Amino acid sequence: MTKDAPVVVLNGVEKSFGAVQALRGVSLELWAGECLGLVGHNGAGKSTLMNVLSGNLVPDTGRIEVAGSDITDRLTPQNATRHGVRCVYQELSLCPNLSVAENARITHPSISGPGWRRRARALIGGMLDTVFPGHGISADDIVGDLSIAKRQMVEIARSFAVTTTEARVVILDEPTSSLDAVAATKLLSHVRRYVEAGGSCVLISHLLGEILETSDRIAVMRDGGVVELDDAEHFNRDSLVAAMGSVAEDARDSADRPVIRDSAPIVVEARPKAPDSLALAAHQGEVVGLAGLSGQGQTELIVDVFDHASGAQVEGSVALVAGDRQTDGVFPLWSIADNISVGSLQRFLRGILIDQTQARDFADEWRQRIGIRTPDVDDPILSLSGGNQQKALFARALGSSAEIIVMDDPMRGVDVGTKQEVYGMIRDEAAQGRTFLWYTTEMDELRNCDHVYVFREGGIVADLPRAEMTEERVLHASFRADA
Amino acid sequence: MTGVLHIFRQPWIWAWIGAVAVWLATATFTQGRGATEVLSAAMTFGAFFVIVALGQMFVITLGPGNVDLSIPACMTLAGTVAMKTMDGSAGMIPVGLLIALAIGAGVGAINYALIRMLRIPPIIATLSSSFIFQSAAIWWNRGLRVKPPEPLGDFTTAKIAGVPLIALLVMILAVAGHVLLTRTMYGRGVVAIGQNIRAAHLAGVKVERIRAATYIMCATLAGLCGYLLSAFSGGAALNMGEEYLLSSIAVVVIGGTSVAGGFANVPGLWGAALFLFLLVTMLNTFGAGAGVRLVLTGLIIIGVIVAASGGKRRT
Repeated sequence: MTKDAPVVVLNGVEKSFGAVQALRGVSLELWAGECLGLVGHNGAGKSTLMNVLSGNLVPDTGRIEVAGSDITDRLTPQNATRHGVRCVYQELSLCPNLSVAENARITHPSISGPGWRRRARALIGGMLDTVFPGHGISADDIVGDLSIAKRQMVEIARSFAVTTTEARVVILDEPTSSLDAVAATKLLSHVRRYVEAGGSCVLISHLLGEILETSDRIAVMRDGGVVELDDAEHFNRDSLVAAMGSVAEDARDSADRPVIRDSAPIVVEARPKAPDSLALAAHQGEVVGLAGLSGQGQTELIVDVFDHASGAQVEGSVALVAGDRQTDGVFPLWSIADNISVGSLQRFLRGILIDQTQARDFADEWRQRIGIRTPDVDDPILSLSGGNQQKALFARALGSSAEIIVMDDPMRGVDVGTKQEVYGMIRDEAAQGRTFLWYTTEMDELRNCDHVYVFREGGIVADLPRAEMTEERVLHASFRADA
Repeated sequence: MTGVLHIFRQPWIWAWIGAVAVWLATATFTQGRGATEVLSAAMTFGAFFVIVALGQMFVITLGPGNVDLSIPACMTLAGTVAMKTMDGSAGMIPVGLLIALAIGAGVGAINYALIRMLRIPPIIATLSSSFIFQSAAIWWNRGLRVKPPEPLGDFTTAKIAGVPLIALLVMILAVAGHVLLTRTMYGRGVVAIGQNIRAAHLAGVKVERIRAATYIMCATLAGLCGYLLSAFSGGAALNMGEEYLLSSIAVVVIGGTSVAGGFANVPGLWGAALFLFLLVTMLNTFGAGAGVRLVLTGLIIIGVIVAASGGKRRT
């Protein structure tokens, strides 16, 4: 491969889904030894563009070259892989019923013949050790048993692994949205090592900090086109947000809200089963954050509260916002409207029959309120981008009549602008007396909370009122003193 | 999109097209002789298929692994006990009906208890319980065939304006089933569970309550079918449910309901039931031998299912 020709050339790529034009003539080049950051709102066309490059979608018009050869007419995922294009999908693509090693074999067909299992195990195990040292995953684990963070690590490691086909271009679509801060840092430093060794990388993320730190160049997408493309050092957080067309970030801090802990009644009390764990208490109208590294027992506590399980005292009805939307949230055969209204059907009953017009109007009202990008709520839920599906799940819970809302790391794949709007909605709802339990691995989200509990190894290890909550204290509590 | 095109995207249309096609083929072959009699017979036998298939449809829609294999045994048990209790007496007809329905509900409750408490997969639970129910039926009537009360027998063969009364009643039942599936909390719950049981639970669907109700309803409908079929065929026979095992599943699937769960429709049940009966009639009329008949039945069913899935379903 010559150094002076780009590895990937996208020229005038257009793609429509029915009435929605997802890509309007995108032209982009990717060079060897660079990381290209790709940012934009939910539905701006980022994932569609990468699905075209990785061969999953055939563009309506336009040309795609990889390593000097035009592959537009032979665009299949297999062919893209043969040319060295690898993709880490936002909706993970692992087979849940197979082991980690068997999943690695699927994308590396050159591992074959007797002893393939051993070689597949060595390949994926070695790559996991390189990218995520201390990952705690065995190559024989069944993927379906792994947490979403670990599944994401396997998917990433598999894409960087090299057999007979090289990994020339690795596309990372929201790779850190399911990872905690520690794993995300490991991944991003691996991306830098890989790029410096001559590889190319496309990094899609809503976390502007990591985009600015990791990328060499940044492309900003809006409404299906690239609106800005420049070296990363010419951007900063504000200019990126402005280019994406977001409303300016809401500077309102949670600090100006009154502390209600002393006066409001307790509505949730729970104590994780781990020994020496502190207890959690949520008072009516509070936003309570569950912090810590991912998979430390936060999801289990949230589900216990949702189930009114023994060990959790809950006053009132509970609705849940899923973070792992494929496993816990979305009904894939239903329309957007059905997916939103399923949480509130009781309200639309006329006798024993559901008033479908009313249910649909309700969904449409929430589509406007939360800004789901679709012309019609009767379209299938899977026609939405990942972040917009997540908004539908928010609408389902916020639109329900539940007094308590539990959220399981719910902002995965949601863009900056929408996040700010949803934060605002959560604060307004809390002011009206709703109580929120919010598991998140992002520091910015914890700042919206009135009270934060830090989880470690299945128990609560720190209990921080808003006034005492700092990033340092949360991180400090997340790790054992001897680790 | 015009209305005409839209109807071809409905999952149930192919079963209806198949039913009409085989009926026309039969009528053409006989030059129209007996065509209305064939149709009338198809509606009567189709009605029995639809009763059990309606319950089976709700069970299958609960998702992978959910199927009720105890339908034949339940039909036999309900039929024999009801016939023996009535013992030909017209005054006992309502009592017999209640007994058949209660036996069905009991069978469903036992099935669900096995599935829930012993955590046995539904396919195994209903298969093994069916042996017990079948043995109970054998023990109960000791091989005797008790005749149904005469008015009940007349009722199952009665016709209004040439249309079998039982077919009209089952059409009303089907409309009720359609409303239940599409317009009630229960129906939405069944479809949600079939798509993703964990997501359904986390969205607030009362998963276990709905699963219990579904298995009980399915067996109760099987009990009703056993009662009516015994009355229709002059008494309960121990093998009377046999062909209802596979046909109840075939009718559901040909009718455009997803075997993987989460996607169902009622109109297809009637189309598929008529199609299955008319298909066998057509092959008989053509004078095909038993072997050819089975091979052709299999091939034609495959054809309809392929046509249906090419129409709309994605997975």
